[in-house]
Amino acid sequence: MLPYDDKAKFGEYAHPEMIVSTEWVATHLDDPGLVVAESDEDVLLYDTGHVPGAVKLDWHTELNDPVTRDYVDGAGFARLMAAKGISRDTTLVLYGDKNNWWAAYALWVCSLFGHPDLRMMDGGRAKWVGEGRPLSTEEPKRPHTDYPVIGRDDTRIRAFRDQVLGHLGKPLIDVRSPGEYTGALLHMPDYPQEGAMRGGHIPGAKNVPWARAADADGTFRSRTELEAIYAGEAGLGPDDDVVVYCRIGERSSHTWFVLRYLLGYPNVRNYDGSWTEWGNSVRVPIAQGDNP
Amino acid sequence: MTAAALHPRLQEIAEDFDAVPGKERLQLLLEYSRELPALPERYAGHRDRMQPVPECQSPLFLAVEVDPDQTVHLFFDAPAESPTTRGFASILHAGLDGLTADEVLATPAEFTSRLGLQDLVSPLRLRGMAAMLGRVKRQIGEHRGGLAAAAPARARTP
Repeated sequence: MLPYDDKAKFGEYAHPEMIVSTEWVATHLDDPGLVVAESDEDVLLYDTGHVPGAVKLDWHTELNDPVTRDYVDGAGFARLMAAKGISRDTTLVLYGDKNNWWAAYALWVCSLFGHPDLRMMDGGRAKWVGEGRPLSTEEPKRPHTDYPVIGRDDTRIRAFRDQVLGHLGKPLIDVRSPGEYTGALLHMPDYPQEGAMRGGHIPGAKNVPWARAADADGTFRSRTELEAIYAGEAGLGPDDDVVVYCRIGERSSHTWFVLRYLLGYPNVRNYDGSWTEWGNSVRVPIAQGDNP
Repeated sequence: MTAAALHPRLQEIAEDFDAVPGKERLQLLLEYSRELPALPERYAGHRDRMQPVPECQSPLFLAVEVDPDQTVHLFFDAPAESPTTRGFASILHAGLDGLTADEVLATPAEFTSRLGLQDLVSPLRLRGMAAMLGRVKRQIGEHRGGLAAAAPARARTP
């Protein structure tokens, strides 16, 4: 197991072991037991140059089941990890573009399989590049590993539609843009929409756009700032049973990471069906406008 | 049902993509992203003179010029950190720049689905490319609208 990053900012978070800085990654890049993985919204970005030695985790083609709307199963995840050269005891550091948006999604999926040592590189790809650190276009050749088949645990951090129906009245956070939240976006002319029949939000959900958790340089805001947003404005607390959602569950993975590991709220689930399921479902309640 | 015919230049691009297996198609798209021509002076640094395409998940701006002889010129601007968007723009540039307005307007909207990228790139991404094509056609329609009362409806995004 690799040492934790003892940066003072991280020490304030509830789980400092879940986050490392670009400096830390640069220092430990060649350490055995570490694999760095890039997961981007733009699936070509990795190929233009990546952290030397980093593998690519493609959210679209590798983490999802190709037929059913679901993630890979335990056997599929084991095959994927083995092919990337990741063992069950590997320290897996994730990073990506857009404030680590998709890296958070990949980290959430890896968490469904309980990979023991997952960490996020604060600031992601943009910070690494901005600091002038080396990039490589060479695809690393890591030896295949023998990753065990671990069943996916959908009970702790994942919520399904019927569970969300039963959750109405309890804390819900909609992390989409205000226009998507109010329902206004579905009514703009000539814009191909993101596959939902109805616009609006799940009744009771408060709107906290996901990117508010990130600073201008893409790093996570300090614990004090995050508490002002999520505890202060949204009124969440560590005893709450919280469900977060967005369009397909990617942006809300980022908020899930913030609530679960930076603020340390134990009961946070990501509803990955999100608006593309809810907004297409028959007879589920929908609220429109600015109010929850 | 037979698919609508593509202009030979687009057809050639579609065949190039078809000729390479699975993940190598992404490499081909990456090559296109590197070949997107730089903007001429009249557009460089002047996004106000171009039109945004908000359907793309990354910033993309485009401008369409139509010569008096109906030759179409296309200009795209997308940041280096959005190679997929640049790749799509570059394909449209390689396939359509220099054709006549009628030839561009005849490009079937489902052209984007003939590149074999559906399994590699998210549907939302591909829709972004279709939206680029839709906006190119609409702008050509608007250029014409100034000359005659031609119905621009066929150039609209679906």
